[in-house]
Amino acid sequence: MKGRQAAIAVAVALAAALAWLVFVGVPRRYANNATPAPSFSPFSAAPSASASTPGRTIKAKLFYVAGDGTHLTSIERDVNYGDGTLEQAREIVAAQIAAVPDPLVSPVPEGTTLRALFITDHGDAYVDLSGSIMSGHPGGVTNELLTVYAIVDVLTTNLPSVSAVQILVDGKEVDTLAGHVDLRRPLEKNTALVQ
Amino acid sequence: MVDIEICSLHVRSRLLFLTVTASSVLLGLAVGLSSQTPASALTLVSKETRRTIPITPVGDQELVPLDDLAQALQLELQESLGTMTVSYKGKTIFLTADQPLAQVTGRMVSLSSAPTRRASRWYVPLDFTSRALGPIYDVRLDLRRAAHMLVVGDLRVPRVAVRYDPLGGAGRLTIESTPRTPSTVTQDRDRLVIRFDADAIEPPNPPFRAAGAQAADSIVQAVRLGDPTTLIVDLGRRFARYSASGGDPLVIDLDAVVAPPPTSTIPATPAPTTPSIPTTSAPPPPTRPSPAPSLPPPPPIELPPLLAATSAAMRTVAIDPGHGGEDEGAHAFGVDGTKEKDITLAVARRLKTMLEGRLGVRVLLTREDDRGVALDRRTSLANNNKADLFISLHANASPRRSLAGATIYSAAFATAAARDAATEGSERVPTFAGGLRDIQLVPWDLAQTHHLDQSTMFAGMLLQQLTDRVPLAQTPVETAPLRVLASANMPAVLVEMGYLTNPEQDRLLTSDAFQSAFAQGVYDAVVKFRDAIAAGITR
Repeated sequence: MKGRQAAIAVAVALAAALAWLVFVGVPRRYANNATPAPSFSPFSAAPSASASTPGRTIKAKLFYVAGDGTHLTSIERDVNYGDGTLEQAREIVAAQIAAVPDPLVSPVPEGTTLRALFITDHGDAYVDLSGSIMSGHPGGVTNELLTVYAIVDVLTTNLPSVSAVQILVDGKEVDTLAGHVDLRRPLEKNTALVQ
Repeated sequence: MVDIEICSLHVRSRLLFLTVTASSVLLGLAVGLSSQTPASALTLVSKETRRTIPITPVGDQELVPLDDLAQALQLELQESLGTMTVSYKGKTIFLTADQPLAQVTGRMVSLSSAPTRRASRWYVPLDFTSRALGPIYDVRLDLRRAAHMLVVGDLRVPRVAVRYDPLGGAGRLTIESTPRTPSTVTQDRDRLVIRFDADAIEPPNPPFRAAGAQAADSIVQAVRLGDPTTLIVDLGRRFARYSASGGDPLVIDLDAVVAPPPTSTIPATPAPTTPSIPTTSAPPPPTRPSPAPSLPPPPPIELPPLLAATSAAMRTVAIDPGHGGEDEGAHAFGVDGTKEKDITLAVARRLKTMLEGRLGVRVLLTREDDRGVALDRRTSLANNNKADLFISLHANASPRRSLAGATIYSAAFATAAARDAATEGSERVPTFAGGLRDIQLVPWDLAQTHHLDQSTMFAGMLLQQLTDRVPLAQTPVETAPLRVLASANMPAVLVEMGYLTNPEQDRLLTSDAFQSAFAQGVYDAVVKFRDAIAAGITR
C-alpha cells in the first residue's frame, strides 16, 4: 500500500515538473534568446533617446596629459548617466574625447568622435573612433601612448566589468595610430602611465 | 667647297660655328659614352690570373663592356637584330638591349639594369656575372659588388674590415677577416705589412685613411691593399713601436714617440724587417725591434676592449629608420619644421657606414631613402635576413615643449598575448627525406616574446653608452607594446632620439655633432652586445 502511494506521489511530481517545463521554462528560455544581447552587443553611435537620462550624472575619472608630459593625470568630472554598462561606456568615452578648456591638455586629437562601442562577454570593449584620431595625431611614442591609454584607462578604471579595450578606427582594426603602439589586440589598464 | 669659297664672311663664320658645334656634339657623345674614362674597374681574381675590366658609369648604374668580359671568361658573343647571344660551352644567354632581363638557358633572370649598346659595344651590369653567367659557368662566380671584385672559382678571398681607435699617444688597429684567415705582420721601414694566408683578400671598403684636423699626427695614416694578399699600413711620423696579438681579429697596438718627432719624419736608417709574427698563435713574442730603442717605456694606456667576439655572434644588424614617404612622423613646430622621417634616415645611414666599415657586419636598412614601408615589411626584412639585432630609430613629440632627451624602448605585451605565446610549443612534422622533425612554432606577431631578455640587456647597454654622449629623458629606459618590435625574431629596441617639439632639441637632433655622438654610442653598445653574446651572456 505504501509503495503504491509512493509511486503516485512520484508520478504527480513528474507531471508537475513537465507542466512547469512546458508552460514556464521553455517560453522563458525562448524569450531570453530573443531579446537581451548574447555575446556581442553593438551599440549605435546615435543611441535612442531613452538610453541616457538627461540631467542625471555620475562621477567618472577622465585622463589628461600630466604636467611632466609623459604621464596621464586623472581628474574626476561629472559625466552623463547612462542606462546600463554599454550606454555608460559610451558617455564616458564621449566625455574623454571631448575638447577641454585650458590648462588641461587632451591626449586625444581634436575632432575625434565616437562612432560605435561594443563590449563582449569577456569584458573586452571595442571603441570605434573617427579617423581624426589618426589624421590629427602629432606622432611620437610618448604622445601615442598617452592617446591610447587615455581611452583604455578611462573605461577600465570607471567600469569594473571592462577588463581590456581595443581601439578601432572608422570601423576597422588598425595596426597603430601613428606608427608605434600595437593596437591589434585589446590592451589592459596601464596604471604605470598615470601619475 | 666651291660654294664655301665664294660665300660671304657672314656665311663663312656661320659654317665655322656649325662645324664647331658638330665637333662639340661628337665630342660630347664620345664623353657621354664614358667608355674611355672609367670611374673604376672590376677586378677578376682567379687561380691563374688577375685582371681588371674598366667600369663605365651610366646614370647610377655601373656597367662593364661585354667583349672584355667575354675575353676574360672565354665566352662567345654573337649579335643579331638587336639581340646578343652569349655562349659558354654550349649553353646560351640571350640579352636584348635596354631590357633589364636575361634569358639563361630558357629561364628569365632579372638584372639590376638593362644591357646597353653604344658605339658598337655592349655593356652589361655587374650582376650579369653572378645572376646570368653564374648558373651556366662551370666554376663559381662570386661577385663582391662593394669591392668591385669578381672571384672566379673556389678561391679563399676573405673580406677584411679595419678599425682604428686612436687613444691619447697610442692607438689600436683591429683587423678582422671573414671567414677567419691566418695572417702575419712584419714591419718594413715606415709600413706594416699584413700578409693573409689566402688566394686574395677583399680590401676594406671604404679604405681607411686618417682624416680631420689631427690627421697629420695620426700614427696610422692609411690602410691599403698591397699585393692581392697583403694589406699595407702606412705609419705616421709619431710611430714608435707596435705589438700584435694573435688570433682573429688581429689586434695591433701602436705606440707613439713621447717627445716631439725630429725633423726627419722617417728613421734615417732602415729598420730591420721583423720576423713574421704568426697571428694565429698567441701570445706574441715578448719583445719587438723598435726604431727608437732608447725611448722610455710608454705610460700605460687604457685601450678599448678587444673585438674578440667571434663573427658568428653578430653578422647582421637591421637598422630601421622610422616612418618615411607620406608618413612623415613627428614634426618640429613651424611650417618647415624638421620631420622625424628625415632625422631617422640620416642617423641610420651614419650607423650603417660606421658598423659596416669598422665592425665588418652586414647592415640592413629597412628603407634606403624617403619611402613609406609597412611595419610588417620592416620586421620581415630583418627576420628573413636572419638579423642578429634590430634597432628602430625615431624622434619624439609632446604637447609639453620642455620635454627633452632620448628614450630606449623594448617590447611589452598584453597579458593575453603573452599567454598565447606561452602556449605555443613545437610541432612534429614529416621531413622530405623521411622521418619526423620537431619544429618550434613562433607566432609571427609574438616573435619578440622569445627575445625579451636579450632586448632588455641591449637596452641597458645602449643606456650605458648613450649616457654622457647625448641628453637622456628623465626615465630613459621603458617598455611599451610597440608594433614594430612585436614581430622581430631577434633582440630588438626602439630608440626615440629626442623631442622635435622642443626647439633646442630640434636644433640638436639635426646637428652633425649630435648625430655622430649618437651613432658612436649605438656602435659601442653593439660591440658590447656582440662580445656579451659571444661570451654566452644572455641577460
